[in-house]
Amino acid sequence: MSAIRFVTSEGLPTFLARLSRNSRVLAPVVKDSPKPSVMFEPWRESMPVILKKATVPPKDAVLPQCESLFVYKKSKNADNPENVALHLDDTAHATPTVIFACRPCDARGFAVLDHPFLDGQFVDPYYKARRERLAVITITCSSGCNTCFCHWVGGGPTSPEGSDVLMTEIDDGFVLQSITDVGQKLLDATDLSDGKDAFPKVEAARKAAWTSLVPAPDIKKAPQNIAALFNRESFWQKHASSCLSCGACTYFCPSCYCFNITDEGDGFDKNGGRRLRSWDNCMSSLFTREASGHNPRTMKAIRMRNRISHKFSAYPRNWGNFSCSGCGRCIGNCPVCLDIRDIVQDAVAVADSDV
Amino acid sequence: MPVMEGKELRIVGFLCNWCSYGSADTAGVARAWQPTDLRIIRVPCSGRVDPLFIVKSLLNGADGVLVAGCHPRDCHYSAGNFYARRRLEVLKRFLPVLGINDARFEYTWISASEGQRWQQMVTSFTNRIHALGPAPRFENATPLPKVVGMALPPSSRPLGTGKNAPLDDLKQGIKEKLPDLECVIGWQRGYDGVHTAPLFMKIPEDVEKLVWGPFNVANPAVYLPKFKGKKVGIVVKGCDSRSVVELLQEHLVAREDVTIFALPCQGTLDMSRVKEKLGRYTVVDNVVCDETEVIITVDGKKHRLPMNDFAQVKCRLCTKPMAVFADTPLGESPEVEIATHVPPELALLDAMNLDERMAYWSGQITRCLRCYACRNACPMCVCRDYCVSDSRDPRWMTQEADVTQKLFFQAIHALHLAGRCTGCGECQRACPVGIPILALRQQIARTVEELFDDYRAGFDPAAVPPLLSYEVEEKSIREREWK
Ligand code: SF4
Ligand code: SF4
Ligand code: SF4
Ligand code: SF4
Repeated sequence: MSAIRFVTSEGLPTFLARLSRNSRVLAPVVKDSPKPSVMFEPWRESMPVILKKATVPPKDAVLPQCESLFVYKKSKNADNPENVALHLDDTAHATPTVIFACRPCDARGFAVLDHPFLDGQFVDPYYKARRERLAVITITCSSGCNTCFCHWVGGGPTSPEGSDVLMTEIDDGFVLQSITDVGQKLLDATDLSDGKDAFPKVEAARKAAWTSLVPAPDIKKAPQNIAALFNRESFWQKHASSCLSCGACTYFCPSCYCFNITDEGDGFDKNGGRRLRSWDNCMSSLFTREASGHNPRTMKAIRMRNRISHKFSAYPRNWGNFSCSGCGRCIGNCPVCLDIRDIVQDAVAVADSDV
Repeated sequence: MPVMEGKELRIVGFLCNWCSYGSADTAGVARAWQPTDLRIIRVPCSGRVDPLFIVKSLLNGADGVLVAGCHPRDCHYSAGNFYARRRLEVLKRFLPVLGINDARFEYTWISASEGQRWQQMVTSFTNRIHALGPAPRFENATPLPKVVGMALPPSSRPLGTGKNAPLDDLKQGIKEKLPDLECVIGWQRGYDGVHTAPLFMKIPEDVEKLVWGPFNVANPAVYLPKFKGKKVGIVVKGCDSRSVVELLQEHLVAREDVTIFALPCQGTLDMSRVKEKLGRYTVVDNVVCDETEVIITVDGKKHRLPMNDFAQVKCRLCTKPMAVFADTPLGESPEVEIATHVPPELALLDAMNLDERMAYWSGQITRCLRCYACRNACPMCVCRDYCVSDSRDPRWMTQEADVTQKLFFQAIHALHLAGRCTGCGECQRACPVGIPILALRQQIARTVEELFDDYRAGFDPAAVPPLLSYEVEEKSIREREWK
């Protein structure tokens, strides 16, 4: 039985203040700039409550743009300077965090990341530490938008996957429904009033959201069809011709998780050296450049193939679902309006017409 | 060696091997007293000093940086210091826009025999830095919470939607030339009616997809260099044509390889303002252009967007709405009132003091995800896959996501574009989180105009970019008085 609570719009700051007592609460904030953007930032009292979809997904909460995996310190033995002692500190640090006003697509992003980081042969301790201390409160969308396509890829404006609490706006406030035990505990710890009576309104609002969507094409065959096009360079060239090979599509993606590892510092000074893990992206030529200098993916078309195949073919074959949650950021943020929906649809159609 | 807390400051000196390092040596041999704050790095020539050495030092904790080379005309390599003089002067005028006091950086000329002069200079520079105290750091700055709104500058001419432009004639012209060309680059409808995407026309049917109008924001010149050696056509707005000219100036494309098609431009839309106006929408029902406004209906709701309110700022300030030159120009260039307005992004910074600028940048740049869309959308950033920001050897940057690294990348981009940037604004437009990075390029462009006879990049294919040349006697660069 899930907990169902109700909060008025005016009650939200109190609710957030309550959550901030035990956790860092990340909430959307509108940044002041000629081109406004919405970012998740630690909530502080007196900040306005923003419910807009963020420009940057809250992926950073589990996979930071750059993190220190471990710190190493080297010290020389005074009697025998050749003898260097190495001290490693690889404690995984994680702050208990609540994400407030996540969107269903971004929450599904966490579900996508969980498979490779937690369910494979090796568990990533850094990711795990943060994920276990994370609670996600997601606001369901009341409509789609021009670039998003969550319902093409198995999600939807009210999809619960990856969320601990689903929050839906009704006429006089918000109903919060727990999805997981974490969500239930989170709601039980608050003094929000019961919301069961309002639940029919929630169901109506969610239904309305679904009916507002433009019907989705059938892309079930994408995994096989994209794999079938693997060697058709002309296909990928056609779709990558305008690509600038920047990282806007991947760094703003809630489900991209490739990273790079670099060391900074030789370890002899007092701060020690750091092994850093930072985001990397397959659209950059350097992504695959090997130590020998050889690069198997110098052509951007082949890099595009990698991005599309990973999300719509390789990942589904490994884990069962697309690793794209349809948030549409890669489309909306692309400086040249490249549309992943077109590529996937075209791949489905082209490979079909081949048979 | 740790700096003696409280007593010494961190001053980095880049001294050329042949003269200035010798002068420090001469002073040493003469046992002249010298301050000990300076950490000297010996370089073969002042021309070897990349302005980024200085920025990197200042961003990473140096309190002052001194560059010294041979006197003009005395360069061991004949002209290294002439090039250095131009670059370092541009840098000196660039630092304040970041919020760094330019008094923390000085460059000068000293010969090997001038031990005494060296002693005076290093003493006076060190005293100056001590008077300024330890340099404020970006990572300690409290981000500026509120940025004042930017006033739109008056428009240089009436803006419009370009609906009467002779698009059909243009298509005809392209079709005629198409058989001789690999492709012609232009624009087509994008994922919905209010977005366009690049178009590569190869066959006559492709030409039918060509669109012209206020949604053609992207600069097609960004694709030109990769066609180097092939015959290619390009459709340009006025601003795009300046990028093409700059590419010609730098021999990154050859004149005989490009065919330029042009129509007079009446302005393009600031898509971020359009987005704000339309709000979250699902479907574009209709887009109609009349002479001066665009009427967009989304989800059944009609929005009127007068070009005069929704055009990009660069279009309001545009002095070249028609291509600099074209092989197939169609239509007349409109009358343009050439008034020099400081672009609003830059005016905003001009009105701040150094501390405020530092606070402004530290607040804005923290959003950067290092996606490098700004770099890759820049038609003049031609290294791309080999950009120094990605290189581990030499290692200019780390992967750390802190303010200094992010800002340092912007300094790299801006300084690599010094005297080359045409102000097309693509870097800022491409930034998904709206960091107003164009101001950094604008400050350099303004400096280049001041120093080099009103030089503006991308107007004359025969002109040598100012930082790739020098004058023995510089008209506008004076050596500073030392005290
Ligand atoms: S800057 Fe000038 S040429 Fe470029 S889009 Fe604006 S009005 Fe047109
Ligand atoms: S730096 Fe920016 S404004 Fe300058 S040429 Fe590059 S993209 Fe255009
Ligand atoms: S920032 Fe500099 S190194 Fe990097 S691509 Fe641009 S011009 Fe080249
Ligand atoms: S486009 Fe914006 S976010 Fe991306 S690297 Fe440039 S400044 Fe940073």
